[in-house]
Amino acid sequence: MKRELKQYEDKLPPKLLEELEKELPDKASSNKVKKIVEKVYSEYRNSLAEPGESVGLVTAESIGEPGTQMTLNTFHFAGVSEMNITTGLPRLIEILDARSKISTEMMEIYLKKPYSQGKDIRHIAESLKETRFKEYLKEISINVAETRMRIELDDKMLKDRKMTPAKIVRILSKSRLKGFDIKLEKDNNIRIKTSGDEALNMIYRLKEKIKDVYIDGIKGITQVLPVKRETEYVIVTAGSNLKDVFKLGFVDPCRTTTNSIVEIEKLQGIEAAREAIIREIIKVLKAQGINIDIRHILLVSDAMTMSGKVLGVSRYGIVKEKPSVLARASFETPIRHVVNASMVGEIDELNSVIENVMINQPVPLGTGLPGLITKIREEKKKGKK
Amino acid sequence: MVKLLREAEKIKMETTVSKKVDKIEFGLMSPKFIKEMASAKIVTPELYDKEGYPVDGGLMDVRLGVIDPGLKCKTCGCKLKECPGHFGYIELARPVIHIKFVTVILDLLRCTCRSCGDILIPNDKISKYREELEKIGKEFGVDEQRLKVKEIITSLKTITKCPHCKEKQLKIKIEKPTTFLEDEKRLSPIEVRSRLERIKREHLPLFGINPDSAQPEWMVLTILPIPPVTMRPSITLESGERSEDDLTHKLGDIVRINQRLFENINAGAPEIIIEDLWDLLQYHITTFFDNAVAQLPPARHRSGQPLKTLTARIKSKEGRIRRNLAGKRTNFSARTVISPDPMLNINEVGVPMVMAMKLTVPERVTEWNIEYLKEFVKRGPKEYPGSNYIIRPDGRRKKITDETREQLLEELQPGFIVERHLMDGDICIFNRQPSLHRMSMMCHRVRVLPGLTLRLNPAVCAPYNADFDGDEMNLHIPQTEEARSEAEILMEVQTQLISPRYGLSIIGCNQDAITGNYILTKYLKMPREEAVDLLVAIGVDSFSKLPNKSVVNGKEIFSVLLPDDFNFRGFARHYKEGIKDPDAVIEIKNGTLVTGILDKNNLGEGSGLLLRNLHKQYGAKEMVDMLGKIYRLGIEVLLRYGFTITLSDIDLKPEVREEVKRLLEEADNDVNRMIQEYHDGTLELLPGRDLRETLELKILDRLNKARNETGEIVAKNADEDSHTLMMILSGAQGNLLNLAQMSACVGQQALRGGRISNGYSERTLSCFKKGDLGAAARGFVKNGFKNGLEPFELFFMAMTGRDSLMDTALRTPKSGYLYRRLANAMQDFKVEYDFTVRDAGKKIVQFAYGEDGVDVSKSEGGKINVGHIIRTTK
Repeated sequence: MKRELKQYEDKLPPKLLEELEKELPDKASSNKVKKIVEKVYSEYRNSLAEPGESVGLVTAESIGEPGTQMTLNTFHFAGVSEMNITTGLPRLIEILDARSKISTEMMEIYLKKPYSQGKDIRHIAESLKETRFKEYLKEISINVAETRMRIELDDKMLKDRKMTPAKIVRILSKSRLKGFDIKLEKDNNIRIKTSGDEALNMIYRLKEKIKDVYIDGIKGITQVLPVKRETEYVIVTAGSNLKDVFKLGFVDPCRTTTNSIVEIEKLQGIEAAREAIIREIIKVLKAQGINIDIRHILLVSDAMTMSGKVLGVSRYGIVKEKPSVLARASFETPIRHVVNASMVGEIDELNSVIENVMINQPVPLGTGLPGLITKIREEKKKGKK
Repeated sequence: MVKLLREAEKIKMETTVSKKVDKIEFGLMSPKFIKEMASAKIVTPELYDKEGYPVDGGLMDVRLGVIDPGLKCKTCGCKLKECPGHFGYIELARPVIHIKFVTVILDLLRCTCRSCGDILIPNDKISKYREELEKIGKEFGVDEQRLKVKEIITSLKTITKCPHCKEKQLKIKIEKPTTFLEDEKRLSPIEVRSRLERIKREHLPLFGINPDSAQPEWMVLTILPIPPVTMRPSITLESGERSEDDLTHKLGDIVRINQRLFENINAGAPEIIIEDLWDLLQYHITTFFDNAVAQLPPARHRSGQPLKTLTARIKSKEGRIRRNLAGKRTNFSARTVISPDPMLNINEVGVPMVMAMKLTVPERVTEWNIEYLKEFVKRGPKEYPGSNYIIRPDGRRKKITDETREQLLEELQPGFIVERHLMDGDICIFNRQPSLHRMSMMCHRVRVLPGLTLRLNPAVCAPYNADFDGDEMNLHIPQTEEARSEAEILMEVQTQLISPRYGLSIIGCNQDAITGNYILTKYLKMPREEAVDLLVAIGVDSFSKLPNKSVVNGKEIFSVLLPDDFNFRGFARHYKEGIKDPDAVIEIKNGTLVTGILDKNNLGEGSGLLLRNLHKQYGAKEMVDMLGKIYRLGIEVLLRYGFTITLSDIDLKPEVREEVKRLLEEADNDVNRMIQEYHDGTLELLPGRDLRETLELKILDRLNKARNETGEIVAKNADEDSHTLMMILSGAQGNLLNLAQMSACVGQQALRGGRISNGYSERTLSCFKKGDLGAAARGFVKNGFKNGLEPFELFFMAMTGRDSLMDTALRTPKSGYLYRRLANAMQDFKVEYDFTVRDAGKKIVQFAYGEDGVDVSKSEGGKINVGHIIRTTK
C-alpha cells in the first residue's frame, strides 16, 4: 500500500481504500496521490450519515415502497427452467418473518473434487433424494384367505439406487411395523404375514402405511438436479436438510447452502444466518429488478439478528423486544401489552418515536434530538413572574 | 399520584402548562386509589330528571364533567370543552373478576396452597428461583423474564401437596370465561379474592408481578371506576331525543344490576337469586371491558348491533391508539385535483387563488413591518392579498370583517400577529398519498395562479408517483418559523433529488421532454432567429453562446443551457461496443455538446447521468434550474415541431407481413410436431421433469422464440423517423415489444407461469377439440392488436388480464402490511453522535451505518466516486 494511503488506513473504510489503491494511476506523483486521497477523505466525510439521521425509517421506506411493484406471482424459475421457487413479495415476507417453515426449500450442494468435475454426478445426485418404499414397488397383492401380502419390487429402481431386496427387508423390519412377519422369498419378492383377529384389517392398513416407509437418501430432499455452473457441477435440490447433507463425504461444506434461514441459524450460527438473510433478500430483489442499496438490507438483517437469535419483523419478533410499552401497544394487540405492563409495573421512559408522537412531544430523531441548555438570568426570571 | 390529579384539576385550561412528560408508569389501580381519584359515587342508573338535568349520583352527574353547553362542572367549575372530565366510582355489591386478568388469577390459584396461601415451592428453593429470575431480568429484559416465569408456573402445576402445610391440593379448572372450579366445586370471586390476598407479597415476583404496582387481589374488582362523561358524550338527535353513548348504556346496566343485587342481599333473598344476579353483574362488567370475549354473547343494542365497549375503543386501526394518538390531523391544509404545468419551476407549486385566500401565514407585527402588514388588514379577507385573522398578544383570535376592519386596524401594534393570505414564494409542504417514502412529502414554493387545481411541474411526478388522471394532492402551510425553516432546509425539492433508496437521481426529464430533446439533438436545424425565439420561450435571456451563423443546429441550441466549464462523456441508449455512429457517444466539451443524441440514459430519472453530473458539479439549486430549462426546451421543441403518432406507424410492408406469417407457421408446425412426439412418447425428457411438463416447457420455449423473432423483424423494418419509434428509441415511452405486439403478434398468454390450461374438461374454451394441446388452443395469440384478435384470443387475453388485476388487488394490502411492520420495527433506529446505529433502548445495531457510515442519499449509487475524483484531480 502506498505511504499516502497508509495514513488514512483507520480513517477510511477498507472497501474504499481497496478501490482507491486499485484505481490510483501507477505513475501518479506522491503529491498528486496525496491530493487525491485528501479529496476522497473529505468527500467521504461529507457523505457520512449525520447523527440523528433516522436510518431505520429510511430503510423501512426503501424496502416498503418498492414492495408495491413486486409481483405476487409465486413461482418463478431459478436459473434453469427446471425448478420452481417462491420469489417476489411472498418470498420477501417469508424472509422478513423469519418463518421456520418456508414454502419452497432449496439447497445448492457444492461438491468436492473430483465429483465437482462431473464424476458420477447423476448417481450422486440421485442418491441424495429421499425415497420411500412406494417408489420401489412394482405390485402389491394381498392374499385375503391367508392374510398375506406379497410385494413385487421394481428391479430398475433397485438397480438405480443400488439397493438389494435384502437391504429393504432389513429396513422394513426395523421400521416399527409391529406384529408383522416380513420375509424375503426366493424370487426376490417380499412376503408379509400376520395373524390374529384383526389380521385382515391390519394387512389392509399396512398396505397404505408401508408405502410411506423411509428407505434411503436424505430426508426432506424431494427433487435433485445436477447443474453445470461455469466450471463445475452443482446439485440443486428441492427440499432442504443441511445437517444430513454436511455429513456426506463428497460434499463441500464451505459452499453448500440452503435458502432456509432458520436451518442455517441452527447449524451454523447467527452470523451465518445474517449473511443468509442478506443473500436471500438480494436474490429476491434482483429477480424483481428492484434496486435497493445494500446498506438498507444490512440494517434489516442486523436488526433481525442483533439479539443473538433470528427474530422476524413481526409482533412476535423485533417489535416484542422493544423497551417501550406504548411502542409495542401501538403496533398490534395493544390491550395485552398494557395489561402485562401493569402487572410488572413497567415504566415507559419515552425514548422512542411513537410514544412521543402520542403525547405530542418532539421525537428524539433528527432535529428533535438536540436540546438547548441555557441559564436564564435570575432577575429576568423574577421580572417575568 | 392522586394529589397530582387534584392539582391538575385546579389548573384551569387557560394557563398553559409547559412541562415535559418524562416517563409513564403502568400499574393496577387499587380500590383505595379509585375512591380517592373519583369525584362522585354513582348510585342510580337514572340519567336525567324530568327537566332534562343530570341526576345527582347518576351516570351523567355534573361532578363527572359536563357535555352540555351552559352547564358548569361541579368539581372544577369549568365549562364545556374546558373541563377534562372526572372519574366516579360504584361500589359493587359483590366482587367481580376482571376479565383481562383471568389467566393470571388462574396461575396464581394453581401455584399457591389452598389452605395456607403459601407458594407451592419448598422454602429452600424459593430464593434460588428468585435469584435466577433477577439474573434473567437484568441480562435479557422483561420478556425473557416473562418466559422464565411461565416455565416456573408450569413446573408448579403438577405439585399436589403443599410443601409447607402438607395440605392436599385440588385441581383448579377454569370454565370460561370467568368461573373458577376447584374439583367441580365453584369458587366464588369472594373466595378467589381472599386466596389472592393470602399470597405473600415477597413471592409475587416469582409470578412476574411487581407488588409495588399491582397486588393480585386488585384483579378482582370490588369497586368499579366510572369513566368521565366527557369520554362518553351523548348526542342529541334531530328529533330532540337524546341518544346515549354505548359506554353509558353498559354502565347503566351495571349500576342497575348492582342496585338490584344490593336490594336482594339486604332483603335476604334466596341464594339462587343472588347467584343469578351476581352472574349477571359479572357478565355486564366483563362486556363493559371487552365485548368480544369468546364464550360470551356480545351485549347488543336493541337494533341487534353489538355495543362498542372499552377494548373495542382502544384497539385496531380505528381505535384510539392508531387513529387518535398515533395519527394527527392539521389545520392550514388544502386538497384538490392536480394538473401539470411545465412552466412552473420544479420546486414550485401552483396554488389556486381561492385556496390562497383561505390558507394563511401568521406574521408577527413589529415596528418595522407594521405599515406593510396594515395594508393586508386593510384589504381584508375578500381582496387578495389580504388577511383573515388577527391574533392579539393575549391569544384572542379576531376575524377581520367589513365591520371590524377599521377598529382592528387601529388596534394593530407590535406583538400582534396578522394571518395574511398565501403569497408567491411562501413555503408549503406538498404531499400525495400513499406517502410511501420521504419524497412523497416535499417542500415547494407557492405560486398563486388562476384556476382551481394545484399545479406542479411534471418532472416531480416520479417521486410523488402522480399522474393527472384525477389524482388529488394535499398542501400544508407550516405555521411557525421553526417549521418553515426545517421544511425549507430539509424538505425542499432540490434537497430530495437523490433517492435514499439507491443513491441515484429520482427527478429528471420524462415523456415529451425526453422526446423533444431527442429530436432536437438528432434532427433539428433552424434559423438563428427561430432558435432565439425558442430559447426566449423557455426563459433563457442570454444568447451569446449561440453561434453567430444563420442556421444553427439542435446541439448548439441545447448547449446554450449548459454551463461554460462543463465537461461530460456518456453513452446514448443505442450505444453498443464497436458502433460507428459518433452520436452514440455524448461528448460535452467546455459547455458545448459536440456529439451525441440526448435520450433517457442521460436526461431521464434514475440513471440520468448528465443530470447527476450537473448536480455534483454545480449543486442542487443550479441543477434544478437547468433541469427546468431542459424540460421546457424539450416540450417547446415538440410544440413547434409538431408531434403525434399515426396508425400507419405500425403498418408492416407486405413482404414483412409475409415473413411474420411464415415464422408463426413454422412455430406452429414445430409445436404440432412436438405434440406428435409427445403422443408417440419419443419426446426427449428434460432432467427432473415428466413427459407432460417437458412438452409444456418446450412449447413455451418455442413460442416465445417465435414471438421474439417477429419482434426482431418488426424492429428491423420499422421506420426510424416515425414518431412511434422516436418515442421508443428516446426511451420516453413504450418499447419495441409493444410495437411488435401491435403490428405483428401479441404472443403467448401466460397464466401462473405456464400456458393457459383447462377451463373446461380437457380444453380451454369450448371452441376447441378436447385434448387439443396446440398453440392456439392454449393461449397463443398470433394476431397483432392492429389486425384484431380472434374471439378465442380475446378470451385468453381477458383471462390473463383478470389474473393480473387480481394480483395487483391482492398485493397492495400485503405489501402495505409488510411496510407497516418494517416501519414499526425500525422507526427508532438512528445514528448516534458516536456514529453507531442504536435503537430506542440504546442497544447497538450497527457500529457504523451500513458498515461504512455513508448516507446513501449523499453518495453516488451507494458509492463514493473514486474514479471521478482521480480523473478530475490535476
